[in-house]
Amino acid sequence: MTGPRVVEDEQSVPIGSNDDVVRARQTVRTYAQQCGLSLVDQTKLVTAASELARNTLVYGGGGLMRCAAVRSGARVGVHAVFEDSGPGIADLDLALTDGWTSGGGLGLGLSGARRLVDEFELRSEPGSGTKVSVTKWAR
Amino acid sequence: MSDRVPVLKIGQVLLVSIQVDLEDQIVLDLQDDLAERIVATGANGVVIDITALEIVDSFVGRMLANTAAISRMLDAETVVVGMRPAVAITLVELGLSLGGVRTALTLEKGLALLERDRTARTGRP
Repeated sequence: MTGPRVVEDEQSVPIGSNDDVVRARQTVRTYAQQCGLSLVDQTKLVTAASELARNTLVYGGGGLMRCAAVRSGARVGVHAVFEDSGPGIADLDLALTDGWTSGGGLGLGLSGARRLVDEFELRSEPGSGTKVSVTKWAR
Repeated sequence: MSDRVPVLKIGQVLLVSIQVDLEDQIVLDLQDDLAERIVATGANGVVIDITALEIVDSFVGRMLANTAAISRMLDAETVVVGMRPAVAITLVELGLSLGGVRTALTLEKGLALLERDRTARTGRP
């Protein structure tokens, strides 16, 4: 059922301001619509993207989002990567705990985003930035 | 950015209709504007219409919860109206059930809710 992953039509959105966070979620919405995600799945993915783009800006000091359509066998989905070269995260498990925040937020960004997507990968080390990759498949 | 979301006053109610995808600073400004307008106008109700919003993330969700709490301290009730089903599903999964925020399905029902409140509090319509 799953074949090799093919990534198509990649597009980058720099994230350096609040306006860019809006642009990032609009870009993800366009991909979600084009890939045929249901309305609920579009909403979940765009909401997750909004949380992650804001993290990139607020905690990572800005960075880049890359969004693409992804195919694996007959499946189609949207893949988005949020990358910054900020301070990084020392304790990944803690960062993924509901309610934990290093800033003034609700602490739902990472943990909530993870629940809203099908695949979630967080890579970070103190001093070398943070990279979050998410995928949502059309059903 | 000096864009602000317009706050309208109808009788004793302040009405805000969010029509576009808002960037975070505008969301924060709206929260402050509403607090000031409640005191300046003596309004006892606030209706926030989110019919046009395709997503509510934790930032906007927090603004809605904060606005409800702030307005309550300023003797006004807040009702959020027009939430889309997909938004409700997503908010709960995100972990934000907005427990302190009153909601109504439509603007009309939201206004009726505030009206009933007012009658109950003052003993007159």
